Amino acid sequence: MDFLGRVLAWLTDPAHWSGTDGIPTRLGEHLHLSVEAVAIGAAIALPIGIALGHYGRLGNLAISVSNLGRALPSYGILVTAFQVFGLGDAPIILALTALAIPPMVTNSYVALREVDPDIREAARGMGYRELPLVLRIEVPLAVPLIMAGIRTSAVQVVATATLAAAIAGGGLGRYIIDGFAQQDYVKLFAGAVLVGALALLTDGSLSLLERVLMPRGIRMRKAPVTRQATAFKTA
Amino acid sequence: MTAGLFLDASDPWVDWSWLSSHVPTVLADLQQHVVLTVIAVVGGLVIALPLGVAAHRLTPVRLSSLGAFGVFYTIPSLALFALLVPYTGITEVTAEIALIGYNVLILLRNVIVGLDEVPADVLDAADGMGYRPRARLLQVELPLALPAIIAGVRVATVSTIGIVTIAWVIGVGGLGELILQGYIESFHTPLVVGSVLCVALALLADVSLATARRKAVPWARTA
Repeated sequence: MDFLGRVLAWLTDPAHWSGTDGIPTRLGEHLHLSVEAVAIGAAIALPIGIALGHYGRLGNLAISVSNLGRALPSYGILVTAFQVFGLGDAPIILALTALAIPPMVTNSYVALREVDPDIREAARGMGYRELPLVLRIEVPLAVPLIMAGIRTSAVQVVATATLAAAIAGGGLGRYIIDGFAQQDYVKLFAGAVLVGALALLTDGSLSLLERVLMPRGIRMRKAPVTRQATAFKTA
Repeated sequence: MTAGLFLDASDPWVDWSWLSSHVPTVLADLQQHVVLTVIAVVGGLVIALPLGVAAHRLTPVRLSSLGAFGVFYTIPSLALFALLVPYTGITEVTAEIALIGYNVLILLRNVIVGLDEVPADVLDAADGMGYRPRARLLQVELPLALPAIIAGVRVATVSTIGIVTIAWVIGVGGLGELILQGYIESFHTPLVVGSVLCVALALLADVSLATARRKAVPWARTA
């Protein structure tokens, strides 16, 4: 049997679909780590980015946090979290959260800054106070870029969660790290296919969500393709 | 696994005597890191510049190249190394294919944006002055797109410096080898030295490129 045939056989072998090292378990671990990191990261990053963008303050900081985040070696951050806090999910989630925050801060800041100042003035003239102005006018208009930031973060967290296996964690990266260690190229390749598919699915489903959440007014304006999120890749 | 000896008082974050006796190792890893990064960025530019010029003019090329490299960029590096290893082996070639591919997307986007943003009036003026298409591209359009292109080079360089550390799985991790040693031996010093040098290298590259940009395109002041 050729190589790809053996990979396919590995992926469809019922033995690999059950137990603690089975695909459903590993996928569950991977999703658990990623979802928690993105959710915690969003809860921290979005209010900061939105507030800075609304008041137009500390713009350099909001932009350079992404530069700094890009410069951090994700593998080094994971190993550091492991050596400081030990084994387990919590140190991994902490490290992933740290890497999830920068693109969300930068993109939500830029998103709020790009809201047309005339619209902001009009809303003020209509009697909107700060909080309703942010929540009902600015954020809906900024949704495309805010969501693009969340998508960038989520894809990077899913990618970086693969490295959890390199510090004795779970997730789909297990197959890749074990595959390298055992020189089992079939397992290695199959694991890579699963990880790649998960990353692409994350990207695809969040871009679908982005389109659903976009206010109808923006969609109808048929503006040229909205600005893209800052490129951000950590793993 | 004995790696749970975290925050052991007998293991300071930096053991200076280890560092002073391992200077050649650290420098060799640093050198490998720099070489891998330079090849990845230059290789990315060699592909992205002509492709970007083509994509700027031809919509089908734009859509297909951005789509294809977008998919490539989304695939995590660890997975990409693993997908390539059965074919290209545990070599630097494997690392570079992945790193160059990632950089092509970042640079391609910026080349296209840079060329798109050249004002139509400027192009008309250039045509009126008798520029041939090739001369117009090389002497008018690309210089005006340079700020955007250099911005892309900065992002690509800093990202690459971070991702190289993961290439230890295929034995060419540069400073990642030090981080790996810190993990395996549960020893802080190589971990700290590898990580700090990696961040310092990224920031140094970013600042140098920002300076180079100011020198190269003094007319573009912002962003």
